[in-house]
Amino acid sequence: MIKVTIYEDWCKGCGLCVRACPKGVLALSTSHLNKKGYYPAEVVNQDACIACTACARTCPDVAIEIEK
Amino acid sequence: MAKKLMKGCEAIAEAAIQAGCRYFFGYPITPQNDIPEYMSLRLPQVGGCFLQAESELAAINMVYGAAGAGARVMTSSSSPGISLKQEGISTAAAAELPCVVVNMMRGGPGLGNIQASQGDYFQATKGGGHGDYHVIVYAPSSIQEAVGMMAKAFDVADEYRIPVMILADGLIGQMMEPVDMDQVGEVHLREKPWAATGYVPGGKKPRAVINSLYIETEDLDVLVSRLEARYEVIRQKEPMIETYKTEGAEYILCAYGTVARVCKAAVRILEEKGVKVGLVRPITLWPFPYDKVREAIAQESVKEALTVEVSSGQMVEDIRLAVNGIKPVQFMGKGGSRIPSAEEIAERIMEMRRA
Amino acid sequence: MVAEVIEELGIREKTAGIAPVGCAVFAYNYFDIDMYEAAHGRAPAVATGYKRVQPDHYIFTYQGDGDLASIGTAEIVQAAHRGEKITTIFINNAIYGMTGGQMAPTTLVGQKTTTSPLGRDKEHCGEPIRMAEMLATISGSAFIARCALNTTPNLIKTKQAIKKAFETQIARKGFSMVEILSPCPTNWGKSPAEAMDWIGEAMIPYYPLGVFKEV
Repeated sequence: MIKVTIYEDWCKGCGLCVRACPKGVLALSTSHLNKKGYYPAEVVNQDACIACTACARTCPDVAIEIEK
Repeated sequence: MAKKLMKGCEAIAEAAIQAGCRYFFGYPITPQNDIPEYMSLRLPQVGGCFLQAESELAAINMVYGAAGAGARVMTSSSSPGISLKQEGISTAAAAELPCVVVNMMRGGPGLGNIQASQGDYFQATKGGGHGDYHVIVYAPSSIQEAVGMMAKAFDVADEYRIPVMILADGLIGQMMEPVDMDQVGEVHLREKPWAATGYVPGGKKPRAVINSLYIETEDLDVLVSRLEARYEVIRQKEPMIETYKTEGAEYILCAYGTVARVCKAAVRILEEKGVKVGLVRPITLWPFPYDKVREAIAQESVKEALTVEVSSGQMVEDIRLAVNGIKPVQFMGKGGSRIPSAEEIAERIMEMRRA
Repeated sequence: MVAEVIEELGIREKTAGIAPVGCAVFAYNYFDIDMYEAAHGRAPAVATGYKRVQPDHYIFTYQGDGDLASIGTAEIVQAAHRGEKITTIFINNAIYGMTGGQMAPTTLVGQKTTTSPLGRDKEHCGEPIRMAEMLATISGSAFIARCALNTTPNLIKTKQAIKKAFETQIARKGFSMVEILSPCPTNWGKSPAEAMDWIGEAMIPYYPLGVFKEV
């Protein structure tokens, strides 16, 4: 079971994780803002995730955790 | 121990080693070269480390690194090199790092020359770097006195977590005098829990952060208040001065370092002429011994004071601050590196008497 | 990445880091190890002092291109020259970030910055400096590499290079440095994704990736 966790309030909505993900698992939220007033990244397609950790590696704020 | 003929620079370096200094970072510049030269030979012999840096500026930052790791560390230079170190000294003062900086002053400004001078007084005592900070400044007037200062300098640096400067000049550095190395003074090594010697999470010792950046005003305010409180304690406890034949004197000479020795000769010349003249010699230039200077000059018997410096008049301002107008304070001196003779000083006093 | 490597190598309790003046100026709040704050450009000298006092401890400097390739050039060259057993993480984002986007020695020709508003002019202030190649010519350098953060494979190689650099220090072989081409969307006036693309399109052609020295 692969689990992607995004520490929403560490996210600054830069979108690099969305760009890096090969499976379209992530997307920037269009509905709610995080504490810092950014549209945070969200897991929109958990099942597609292959735990390649590309998103976690590129995140400048170390806000993504992948559990396998 | 028997006295040994030693060059000033070398005696100071040896005394530093005996005071527990094990790290030295320096750079060549006349007239202090014998200090790094001596250290390069001796420090490895005592398990220490000498390193010649790429510049005086790099050297003071190496001192910053070593002091931050809790070591007793020293650097030395001469006037232009000390100017290059000013940002580093201010940063070390703000990071509350103990270290010793020796300045063998030379003729300035600019490249000036390599003779003895006293033109760096303001830089040393009023803060040559940026921001409100101080370093303790000791001014030896003999090689034996300089030797006796080193243990105290490292001790006081560690006690108050402050940079300490030995403000000497090219003459003290280059001349040779008989020195008793047993007079180095007591060495008190102490624990430095704040130093960066390794951090075990959850362990007893806190994580070390050797830092001088306080981006929020409130945080910087905490640092500056802490420093100011410490400086106030130093102002109360650490001033040092020598008074020589000041009791009932008609005139008081004020001088430090090499010039003070010339003034003592002038005092004797004037004594033979029946003119009673004394000398006040500040040993700590910061904290300046204002009270003792005023005490000597404020005596009923004293008509005037004469400050003598190899500069265009720097310490004279502190003398005037001490006296605060109750007696006239004359000045004798010029920038550059011309040391007045005892006869010239005596003659000036005679002129003042005639005036 | 640096923190991960320090943990993986099990050297955390004997490692200190030095934050420079620059975007990483608050690094002492982000690494839970002994940390120093150094004056601008002087981290390699501070690291030298630390290492000479504690040769069996480990130290890294984390410096930007303004800190290392401009004001601190003498310090980094001399640290390599002496073969200081320290590790430098050199962030090359072709600009002064913290101070608001001024030109750096690594700014590309034609690149607009707040102090090269019409684009860097080669005739006026020369071509960008390639620090990795320069330091690799110095015998004291034991491991010099340049990496980039723009793609996942490059990210993986960057971490490997950082690990190799620390291993070089642990093995006391000499000076180690990893130059890392990094994005600065804010001052490049690009979106984060565009910035990553620009690293590939503009920076890597001028700053080739790879290992330039390995002892």
